[in-house]
Amino acid sequence: MRSLSSAIRLYKHYISINIRSMMQYRTSFFLSAMGQFLVSFNVFLGIFFMFKRFSAVDGFSYSEVLLCYSIVLLEFSLAEMFVRGFDTFSGMVRTGEFDRVLVRPRNEILQVLGSKFELTRIGRMLQAVVMFIYGVARSGVAWTFPKILTVIFMLAGGTAVFSGLFIIYAALCFFTLDGLEFMNIFTDGAREFGKYPVGVYGEKMLLFATFFVPYALIQYYPLLFILGRRTAPFYILLPLAAFWFLIPALALWKLGVRHYTSSGS
Amino acid sequence: MKKYFSFFRLRFLLGLQYRVAALAGIATQFAWGFMEIMIFAAFYRADADAFPMSFSATSSYLWLQQAFLALFAAWMMDNEIFDSIINGGIAYELCRPVDIYNMWFCRNAANRLARAVLRCLPILLVAVFLPKPYGLAAPASAGHFLLFLVTLALGFVVTVSFCMLIYVMTFFTISPQGLRILFTSALEFLAGGVIPLPFFPDNVRRFLELLPFAAMQNVALRIYSGSMNRPEMLKAVTLQLFWLAAVTAAGKMLCRMAVRRVVVQGG
Repeated sequence: MRSLSSAIRLYKHYISINIRSMMQYRTSFFLSAMGQFLVSFNVFLGIFFMFKRFSAVDGFSYSEVLLCYSIVLLEFSLAEMFVRGFDTFSGMVRTGEFDRVLVRPRNEILQVLGSKFELTRIGRMLQAVVMFIYGVARSGVAWTFPKILTVIFMLAGGTAVFSGLFIIYAALCFFTLDGLEFMNIFTDGAREFGKYPVGVYGEKMLLFATFFVPYALIQYYPLLFILGRRTAPFYILLPLAAFWFLIPALALWKLGVRHYTSSGS
Repeated sequence: MKKYFSFFRLRFLLGLQYRVAALAGIATQFAWGFMEIMIFAAFYRADADAFPMSFSATSSYLWLQQAFLALFAAWMMDNEIFDSIINGGIAYELCRPVDIYNMWFCRNAANRLARAVLRCLPILLVAVFLPKPYGLAAPASAGHFLLFLVTLALGFVVTVSFCMLIYVMTFFTISPQGLRILFTSALEFLAGGVIPLPFFPDNVRRFLELLPFAAMQNVALRIYSGSMNRPEMLKAVTLQLFWLAAVTAAGKMLCRMAVRRVVVQGG
């Protein structure tokens, strides 16, 4: 217990260092936050103009799609904000910085987590919150306690799934020394294509997103519950089931750490 | 002229060395194209009548877009150029007896072309063999195909000369970040990178088609599958030529102004 509270204290300290150092370059911070905003704003505009032409896709209306996209965007931005250290991990391996992490008497996951805290993702989150409010106001969902709970679980589960993907991405760096570009399909791609409910992409994609990388557990199924298309109460808990994804991710990470040989420098 | 050509050749050959990176890029772009097509298929199922072009033409558009991504993607800019402006390496370049605008133009064009050459063939090859209407269909006619090649080349140089504007403007702002973010995301959207221009509402589309951004990927990808009629094609090609001249002239002028007042940032 004591070690846990000391770990939390250390993590808080890491975050405060990160924020303070970022605030030394204030303009750069605001520009990056703006950039984050613009990138996902493009996606939003894409949805907006598509729905000028079409009234629904796969039975989902404009406001329902916005609700879906805003939740995915929030999940992704939260994961990226906290787990960014794993996303940029290839640099740590290549420069040999990870050697220094290993010789410190602290858990290496905690240290990598603390190495980066991307506050700039706030730009994206702001937009997600605005879309979420619009989606909530327009989609005519009758909000009950279970539905609110579902949204909270979605955010938790989604952050876990995307964090798991970032950890896998980092763990693969142990074997390849460099970031693997195709992993972007699972992270950036999921953010981009998560704008529409997974069911839109057809049966096979839904199976993949249920059992392989559990996107559907944090997006499609709970969304159906929120919109009142499914009523069985176990839909509320499905997003939490997505936490299983962290197990193989962390296992791969452990394997990677054991396999690690320094790249020198 | 010869020196620019050899500069182009050098950069092009260098670009061809990154084959593993290209492999990863191909996989990514393939998945991306596939997902895009699934989205449009879902919209097509929802309301086929609202589609501004045939579904097969849309698939062709999307596959060509993925295959030639490196020619048109605004975010694939040359970081070395930005770095040389920030850290002062530009001083060496200015000492050389070459025009800096032309040199950077060649360098950019070569980089993009090398990437595209490495990536386009596998994507096109697979896309051709995908079942109809999800794959890359044959071009509307031999004439359309020829015009596709011409407009592809034109659109490519318009894109490069627009990127040149951004490089040159960095001389004035020093930090490229803000300009770059603003321009790349605006360009991506207005050029039809997020959704093809025909999918915009008609009045918005008519306006967008006049902008320089529409002279980039939009023209070639739409001509290929014959979704433009003759006067439309004529207008589009004229606009391409006009924007190429205008943007290049503006870039050259800005570049001359910038070089006259350049401050070397140490280094």
